[in-house]
Amino acid sequence: MKIKNQKDFFSGLMFTIVGAAFALGATTYSVGTGARMGPGYFPLLLGILLAILGATILFNAMVVETPDGNKIGKWAFRPLSFIILANVLFGVMIGGLPSIGLPPMGMILGIYVLTIVASMADGHFKLKEVLVLATILSIGSYLAFVVLLKLQFPVWPTFITG
Amino acid sequence: MTDLINNLSLGFGVAFTVQNLMYCFVGCLLGTLIGVLPGIGPVATIAMLLPATYALPPVAALIMLAGIYYGAQYGGSTTAILVNLPGESSSVVTVIDGYQMARRGRAGPALAAAGLGSFFAGCVGTLILAAFAAPLTEVAFKFGPAEYFSLMILGLIGAVVLASGSLLKAIAMIVLGLLMGLVGTDVNSGVARFSFDIPELTDGIGFVVIAMGVFGYGEIISNLSTPEHEREVFVGKVTGLLPTKEDFRNMIPAVLRGTALGSALGILPGGGALLAAFAAYTVEKKTKLRPGEVPFGQGNIRGVAAPESANNAGSQTSFIPLLTLGIPPNAVMALMVGAMTIHNIQPGPQVMTSNPELFWGLIASMWIGNAMLIILNLPLIGMWIKLLTVPYRWLFPAIVLFCAIGVYSTNNNTFDIWMVAIFGVIGYTFIKLGTEPAPLLLGFILGPMMEENLRRALLLSRGDWSVFVTRPLSAGLLAAALLLLVIVLMPAVKHKREEAFVED
Repeated sequence: MKIKNQKDFFSGLMFTIVGAAFALGATTYSVGTGARMGPGYFPLLLGILLAILGATILFNAMVVETPDGNKIGKWAFRPLSFIILANVLFGVMIGGLPSIGLPPMGMILGIYVLTIVASMADGHFKLKEVLVLATILSIGSYLAFVVLLKLQFPVWPTFITG
Repeated sequence: MTDLINNLSLGFGVAFTVQNLMYCFVGCLLGTLIGVLPGIGPVATIAMLLPATYALPPVAALIMLAGIYYGAQYGGSTTAILVNLPGESSSVVTVIDGYQMARRGRAGPALAAAGLGSFFAGCVGTLILAAFAAPLTEVAFKFGPAEYFSLMILGLIGAVVLASGSLLKAIAMIVLGLLMGLVGTDVNSGVARFSFDIPELTDGIGFVVIAMGVFGYGEIISNLSTPEHEREVFVGKVTGLLPTKEDFRNMIPAVLRGTALGSALGILPGGGALLAAFAAYTVEKKTKLRPGEVPFGQGNIRGVAAPESANNAGSQTSFIPLLTLGIPPNAVMALMVGAMTIHNIQPGPQVMTSNPELFWGLIASMWIGNAMLIILNLPLIGMWIKLLTVPYRWLFPAIVLFCAIGVYSTNNNTFDIWMVAIFGVIGYTFIKLGTEPAPLLLGFILGPMMEENLRRALLLSRGDWSVFVTRPLSAGLLAAALLLLVIVLMPAVKHKREEAFVED
């Protein structure tokens, strides 16, 4: 068997696995009957349906001929990792990381970290430019979210504000 | 008729307070601002700006969100005409003729055609919404759980049939969305499902998290992975906004056709702005050219006016199923359901009777919003053009930041930030695998509603599934869903459907 449609093959595989996992998980709750549906009834139904749909897509991907094989292509690991890392680090700065004893560092520092890390996602990183951008974003966010919208944010590191 | 006038005057009374006018204005302004930026669609825009409405009273919040929605739509057409990039998906066809007009130094008339066409269509759409809301609500009250369940099936099937791409994959995405919607505490048994003993997950996955992760981060990552095009922006070339007499003669019938088509398609489940724009452009291309008219694809003003009117009319009338039946017809409306729930409003037929100020105020504000947008857009066009010249490498960190702040402020909890990171990766995976995320969001919102209605319907029928086909209304809805599927799967139509969406 050869994969004739790469995108469909892997999406079909994903749907099948996820569907089966949901269905399997649903059986750990009480399923019940139609008249008295338990918490497992609907997810079990949907999980099986999803697995069947996934299997059909998978099957088609191995049978139906597609012109260029519908290749997935290269994964953009650079933007993927830097964008996600920037987001996670922002969360760490806002909430702190008790497991390594890092106190919450606040929104302003978080914005600098996020902007710097996110900017590395594309190839043209210029530190000066990024720092200017981060400063503008910090002032703007402070005014918009803290002053104007009064959202509850730790703005500065807790060891300074107490 | 008198009812309609009374209702509308109540609505305008609500909408014309200084406070609500201001929120409407702010919503339109922010929506346009984000909509102008290429690569960030209305779903991510609304999700990003949602936290800005948390502190507001419900009416003001909804007015502002609606403003953001059509602001994003207007902004998208500006980008389409000036940069040859659709600011959002419903402007995809506007790009074809709009950009060609701009290249011939006629960006002004193109922008004016889009603006005036949208305004007209918005007015008509709002009137239709006001007129149809009351009678449809009456129908909705006759619906039992079986009818609701069948209606949701019809809505979901409609949403994928009318969307682009593989049908099977789209249906699978819906089911995946439905399943994700079930994560969290089951309201009937109190059992926490699929929560892996994580306390935050017992409340379910937040829809803001999914919307921002999949639509925001996923899109940004995908944008960054394709090399930046040489963006050609027509700065300072926009002179003489007013179209000529000849332009008007060509434009007016196109606007009328686009509006009619858009209003009709907007009501359909899964319809809304994108399909309306596609259909309107196809119709214009089929009508004969007048002597001396520029051919399509080379800057015909009808190719801008018709799809822009259609998408605005469609986005207006797609509020009808949401406000009367409580069922979102597309991903943007699904987001509106989430927004309403945050403000403790359960969308559905009861909103109109229990909350008439909110209902009619929202409708009136739509008209005001449309008027504001035309005032905002045409004279301020210079400002939007400036914004288009900002390079993407400054924009995307800002977008990432707004997403992160928005997600955090939903619950003031860093858990949501970890979740949005996961959904960002999932969203990019979806793009790589060629699966469209819009049906997922729709399924996600409808999941709990569907389960509840299925449970009630089967409880009433004592577990007999035939209840869905023996009740005439429910049977009719299911038959319509089946018919849609059959039509799309017919070889001739299947071929045409694939063709229609490859036009860009």
